[in-house]
Amino acid sequence: MFEYAPAPESRSVVDLKPSYGLFIDGTFVDPTDGGSFKSINPASEEVLAEVAEAGAQDVERAVRAARKAYDKVWGPMPGRDRAKYLYRIARLIQERSRELAVLESLDNGKPIRESRDVDLPLVAAHFFYYAGWADKLEHAGFGANPRPIGVAAQVIPWNFPLLMLAWKIAPALAAGNTVVLKPAETTPLTALLFAEICQQADLPAGVVNILTGAGDTGRTLVEHAGVDKVAFTGSTDVGRAIARSVAGTSKKLTLELGGKAANIVFDDAPIDQAVEGIVNGIFFNQGHVCCAGSRLLVQENVADRVLESLKRRMAQLRVGDPLDKNTDVGAINSAAQLERIRELSDAGSAEGAERWSPPCDLPDRGFWFAPTIFTGVTQAHRIAREEIFGPVLSVLTFRTPAEAVEKANNTPYGLSAGIWTDKGSRILWMADRLRAGVVWANTFNKFDPTSPFGGYKESGYGREGGRHGLEGYLNV
Amino acid sequence: MTATTTSARSELSELGRSETALRTFLHGLPGVDQVGAEQRAAQLSTRSIKTTAKAQAIDLAIRMVDLTTLEGADTPGKVRALAAKALRPDPADPSCPHVGAVCVYPAMVPHVAEVLRGSAVHLASVATAFPSGQAPLEIKLADTRAAVAAGADEIDMVINRGAFLAGRYKEVYDEIVATKEASGDAHLKVILETGELATYDNVRRASWLAMLAGGDFIKTSTGKVPIAATMPVSLVMLEAVRDFREATGRQVGVKPAGGIKTTKDAIKYLVMVNETVGPDWLDPDWFRFGASSLLNDLLMQRTKLTTGTYSGPDYFTLD
Repeated sequence: MFEYAPAPESRSVVDLKPSYGLFIDGTFVDPTDGGSFKSINPASEEVLAEVAEAGAQDVERAVRAARKAYDKVWGPMPGRDRAKYLYRIARLIQERSRELAVLESLDNGKPIRESRDVDLPLVAAHFFYYAGWADKLEHAGFGANPRPIGVAAQVIPWNFPLLMLAWKIAPALAAGNTVVLKPAETTPLTALLFAEICQQADLPAGVVNILTGAGDTGRTLVEHAGVDKVAFTGSTDVGRAIARSVAGTSKKLTLELGGKAANIVFDDAPIDQAVEGIVNGIFFNQGHVCCAGSRLLVQENVADRVLESLKRRMAQLRVGDPLDKNTDVGAINSAAQLERIRELSDAGSAEGAERWSPPCDLPDRGFWFAPTIFTGVTQAHRIAREEIFGPVLSVLTFRTPAEAVEKANNTPYGLSAGIWTDKGSRILWMADRLRAGVVWANTFNKFDPTSPFGGYKESGYGREGGRHGLEGYLNV
Repeated sequence: MTATTTSARSELSELGRSETALRTFLHGLPGVDQVGAEQRAAQLSTRSIKTTAKAQAIDLAIRMVDLTTLEGADTPGKVRALAAKALRPDPADPSCPHVGAVCVYPAMVPHVAEVLRGSAVHLASVATAFPSGQAPLEIKLADTRAAVAAGADEIDMVINRGAFLAGRYKEVYDEIVATKEASGDAHLKVILETGELATYDNVRRASWLAMLAGGDFIKTSTGKVPIAATMPVSLVMLEAVRDFREATGRQVGVKPAGGIKTTKDAIKYLVMVNETVGPDWLDPDWFRFGASSLLNDLLMQRTKLTTGTYSGPDYFTLD
């Protein structure tokens, strides 16, 4: 046997403070009413830091700071000068990427291999990409002199804390807006380190404000009358509530919500690579991915073979310490999320689907869930309809391309889909018919700042990334 | 072996009788997606192998080296020195294992045999008009028989790439069968020369063709064309031996050759073996590295691990 010795990434590259304030108008300040909460490491349940909880008065201060910065500094600034700041931030992110990656893994529970090789390179790439647009907005296809919107309120989820921050802040700033961003309450720490990077980059005060807090803080922020634009990524339920609250106002809204993507494997697929794609589709980031390929639709005549390969591959997944460089699957982000995954998985078993996990030792402390697949799932099962947002795959079969399309589209969501086949014409035929914002062919979970991302139906509206991502931050 | 693999094996053994059957089978294998295969190989390369795992991997890699010299300038003196090194790679450390085999041209086999006699180090000879294979079959077989007669217990043959690329699979198959017969008891390694086959689909087909024809090992390259062993090519070949054993119950070895020069590279390959086909192949009987300069880097890293300091290259023998 070839046992890999522990290969832990060093924690000492991160200089964590015992407590953090709110980042308003270029400085860290204490919250007006002094509230705070703790951010823990989901892999060990140890407390990482105490973080301020922003109340209504703090939201007021932050929005006012953002408004002032928009009116006096950032709005009037020529695009080429805004670009300089964004390029500077992008370079600082690259320089400090190891520190940011370790902190992301500590606070979120994702494996360091992913935060190091996926999250951080994409974060820097997003800032570089939108920095390039800042002085070229008149060529973006939105008219001769597109104007920014003003102050953007941005609320982001816990699954890709820093990457979602980049998706929100980079296009907003490039277009000339200022922002007040609220990170998720379980993963606020990299956003606070990003605030330090803004200081290091000499970004004018008030252009970026970071308010930590939970749902109440987020609600107060998006409902604030001084906000011109709301951008939210998170659950469909919260997205609906936000849509209701901004209805009837002049606020512009983009939503990126849940998903229940179909990953469709045809009998002529490259099987070994399709299995990699299935694994990447559902076990990447513990399945905490809105576009995760959580429904495997496999052509019935190759189902046995694909499942056998999939199980063999799953047995190779290394579940454990997120900071170990050889870990493939890390910790579930929170006790509440673990509870939800358990509840839905139990429902899968109760409704008669067959559950399988490879043998794997889970740590005693922290929040853990073994990679799991359910076979014998039908469209009527809850695990085929509801977003689990965890490392749980539901396997369904189909007979014909038309049936694959029908089943793939038979969901209230429409964020992403995957197609695996050697036949190019079938890829195009399927992509035309799938009601999903992103369709991957012979790959899955591929992201690039140049490519627009967003959903159909209850997966939200608006696009992030690419030229299209500018639209949500321009007055067009 | 189960009943199904027995019947599958006899069905598969019929394939070589007809060009059509071979073609239908080989072209019916699942395709390889180039981007996906390369991505998987790159992902496996990010494993971090440290301390005890590294020590274990280095010793295993040393035992898997086919210490090779295949030059027009090879002389009896040169190959004898290489064989001596194969027996005792690190004269300063008796705990250092010997390599898997010495690999030379047929004319050099008698000189190596003298040195290796009585040891556990295998003697591999290239044959079949290596490296191009562009000679009449009779000459290739005579080449093989001569190498075995001179003492080689492993034969590294080259497939007929010209015939393969022209779609004459049966000709390739028949040549391998004939070479296997000419090899007698010697183990047959079949060199696919993947740099000339160009696509991963071809690599998978050639792997199956070589295994169906009775090859004991499939080997990537001669080391004589610009593109030698790569991680993705070796991955596709490992998947092929895994699937072949599943279908027939017979295990076939894999030998990447050419271009593997550092300990880091060798460990990446071992990780790939471990996570693709599992521990059954983590053995010199089933996995080899065709290499020459790799050995000294392995020895240097081994010394670093045992002593804590790097020694200069002059502390390791150049043979």
